[in-house]
Amino acid sequence: MRGLRRLFAMLLLLLVLLAGWLVVAADAGHRPEARTGIGPASLSDPALIARGDYLATAADCAGCHTAQGGRPMAGGRLLPTPFGNIPVPNITPDRETGLGRWSFADFWRALHTGRGRRGEWLYPAFPYTSYTRVSRDDALAIFAYLQSLPPVHRPTATGSLRFPYDRRESLGPWRALYFRAGEFRPDPEQSAPWNRGAYLVQGLGHCGECHTRRNAWGGLAAAPTLGGGQIPVQNWYAPDLSTRQHGGLQGWSAQDIVQLLKTGQSGRGSAFGPMADVVAGSTQHLSDDDLQAMATYLVSLPARAPVPDVDPTSHDDALVHQGKPLYAEHCAACHGKDGRGMAGVYPPLDGNPSVIEPSGINATRAVLLGGFAPLTRAVPRPYSMPPFAQRLSDAEVAAVVSYIRRSWSNRASAVRPEAVGRDRQTPAD
Amino acid sequence: MPAYNPGMTSRARRRRTRFLVVLAPCLLAWQAVRAVHAAEEVAAIPDTLQQRIAVCTSCHGVHGEGTPGSGYFPRLAGKPADYLVRQMQDFRRGLRKYAPMEYTVRQLSPAYMREIADYFAAQQVPYQRSAVPAVSAQTLQRGEQLIDHGDPARRVPACTACHGSQLTGVQPSTPALVGLPYDYVSAQLGSWRTHTRAMAAPDCMAVIAGRLADSDITAVAAALASRELPADIHPQPAGSVKPPLPCGVLAAGASVP
Ligand code: HEC
Ligand code: HEC
Ligand code: HEC
Ligand code: HEC
Ligand code: HEC
Repeated sequence: MRGLRRLFAMLLLLLVLLAGWLVVAADAGHRPEARTGIGPASLSDPALIARGDYLATAADCAGCHTAQGGRPMAGGRLLPTPFGNIPVPNITPDRETGLGRWSFADFWRALHTGRGRRGEWLYPAFPYTSYTRVSRDDALAIFAYLQSLPPVHRPTATGSLRFPYDRRESLGPWRALYFRAGEFRPDPEQSAPWNRGAYLVQGLGHCGECHTRRNAWGGLAAAPTLGGGQIPVQNWYAPDLSTRQHGGLQGWSAQDIVQLLKTGQSGRGSAFGPMADVVAGSTQHLSDDDLQAMATYLVSLPARAPVPDVDPTSHDDALVHQGKPLYAEHCAACHGKDGRGMAGVYPPLDGNPSVIEPSGINATRAVLLGGFAPLTRAVPRPYSMPPFAQRLSDAEVAAVVSYIRRSWSNRASAVRPEAVGRDRQTPAD
Repeated sequence: MPAYNPGMTSRARRRRTRFLVVLAPCLLAWQAVRAVHAAEEVAAIPDTLQQRIAVCTSCHGVHGEGTPGSGYFPRLAGKPADYLVRQMQDFRRGLRKYAPMEYTVRQLSPAYMREIADYFAAQQVPYQRSAVPAVSAQTLQRGEQLIDHGDPARRVPACTACHGSQLTGVQPSTPALVGLPYDYVSAQLGSWRTHTRAMAAPDCMAVIAGRLADSDITAVAAALASRELPADIHPQPAGSVKPPLPCGVLAAGASVP
């Protein structure tokens, strides 16, 4: 039995390698596109640049391409992945260290097919798996905007990818399995706002890069689109975005979604962790029409398969029981005895997607880290939550988190103290 | 992730205005609902800054008193507001390292930081003495020497030259050294050496920390923590000292970002 399984695994590996080789061969014959007639004059059109600014915000390019305390778009961050840290390059128009020598054809190829200026494969930590759906017109506007920025001289940092991932050729099998270049195709059956929303969510907004499950190879798994998934290494859970039956956002209206993306808060939960950064850096700046369009698309996501109710063990029941007095002492003043929070001030915990998501990571880390609700134009002086990392032990955090996950209408699994110990070790950023 | 907010296009702004016109009546209605709901709550949530910054006060104390014993959570009360703003900015930029601080302030706007700094700067809380490790009289004497006269041989200026003759700090942004616990002072001088604390160049404190011997750090931290507090703990007026070393944050025209 074991031997058979191993044979099967070997065969699978061979197949994957073969597929990778085929892609390499196919790519080798693929010459960069002929230079387009797009020159400096057409790129300096202020209307085009302004549109590019807006689109780059919708795509949150700056969110990754700006280092802590660094100049916008000048790179310098190291993105943590299960394969090591990937340095984010400088995309200001500096000639030596940025995109100063890039043509639009080079840029389009990067965004659309995930290849660098010398044709090399780029790591999918750069979410070209989503950006490939961005239209050529929009890509041109983004390029014009980037080229209008002040050039910053800043060489790209060195990363720490592990062998064999430090070799770009290792991406061959991955690309064969998980990447298809292709533009967004509108669905003629759907309304214009729906199509605009789908384009923004699947393309520029790259929501699926976090909100869809990844497999061990770092590819977006064949799970339902936007069905939720754990973000590796950074260790947050981006919940399922379906608002229909058994969906992660079950019961949310389009208006709830618009509010969350615009203000960072909604009557059903507030954004925190990486989602707070998405709201602050990107979605709060989008037009109301675009936010409404994204919500129109999201509320159309289908119902999900029911998740069987978890049967609590006696150990779980004990945890929940211990959590009750802790909740009354440390949490109820803000979130309410009934877990309903305080509209516009403190988020509800009852029915909150991030409290009941399957992993328990979000609620655990929210309790350990505390922090402000997102700071947005709509909420310039947000309220905040104290961190409990120093005040509560692993067992106490597990108890209070298990309590909120299984109280009121919430029926999620309990969280074990060992899991809290692990989440404590995850760096805040 | 650092938040970067490029300006909105004017079209988007016009749309927003239109949206607000439509939204205003809804907002009013919602406010009314909220007021009713608030009245039902057992304890209404105060609409104050103090309530908003529960995250800060859970570590630094409601009045920014810190944890006097260990000094692990530093006192913020009464420190110059510009100094406090600069520290928040430095944590945000990663010049000064402490993960929970970096996480907590990462999204704060300059205006909100200023409001929070003004709150703590205005708090009047008596200083409390904290424990000083048993050190020899000689060590204390060495510390006193460094504080008031520096050490020309090591090119270390007197601490009073910048921190004020009574070490109560100098407006607008030089912090006091009196009342700081031993552990905190030695940890800060150490972090300038290990580059986990820095300020805009030229970083005079990094220069000074680098010139002190290890034993000097113990000496000066112990001497500072042993000092009696002066009756008047307010910072000296701006311009009353001439820094003996170039210091980016004290340069004329240096403004808090
Ligand atoms: C989730 C993080 C992330 C986002 C968002 C992101 N990028 Fe990147 N980008 C990266 C990483 C990481 C790389 C490096 C990939 C590599 O080295 O293979 C990269 C590489 C690039 C490159 C190739 C640069 C070179 O020197 O080869 C370009 C061009 C680029 N990004 C443009 C953009 C644009 C434009 C946007 C917004 C539309 C954007 N990126 C958004 C992470 C991101
Ligand atoms: C960098 C990863 C990341 C990206 C990109 C991202 N999200 Fe999220 N999102 C999260 C995480 C993690 C959470 C859970 C934390 C929370 O509730 O805020 C979340 C939560 C949410 C929620 C539920 C909020 C709540 O209160 O429970 C919504 C709605 C949402 N995201 C929508 C989106 C949309 C729309 C996009 C694309 C524009 C997007 N997200 C892009 C990581 C991400
Ligand atoms: C001083 C008020 C306050 C206290 C006390 C408090 N919280 Fe919070 N809590 C908040 C605020 C404000 C947020 C929103 C933070 C954000 O969006 O980052 C929040 C967010 C959360 C979240 C994430 C949900 C979401 O949608 O943002 C969870 C889970 C949570 N709190 C649980 C608890 C638990 C459990 C306790 C007690 C151990 C507690 N809180 C104590 C104010 C408080
Ligand atoms: C998890 C506990 C924690 C939280 C929450 C926290 N701080 Fe801190 N803060 C610290 C510690 C510890 C230090 C000292 C770090 C070091 O050693 O450099 C510090 C340092 C500071 C300093 C520098 C003090 C000095 O004298 O140089 C300021 C200012 C500050 N915090 C303000 C704030 C504000 C404002 C908030 C809320 C927005 C906040 N802190 C939230 C723990 C915390
Ligand atoms: C040339 C001017 C100058 C001299 C001389 C100087 N300092 Fe400083 N010191 C500063 C400035 C400016 C700051 C504020 C640093 C910041 O903004 O991060 C500071 C900050 C400090 C802090 C951090 C205080 C806090 O609350 O976190 C300590 C500790 C300190 N100095 C100790 C000393 C000691 C000990 C000496 C004498 C050996 C000394 N300094 C001499 C300019 C000086």
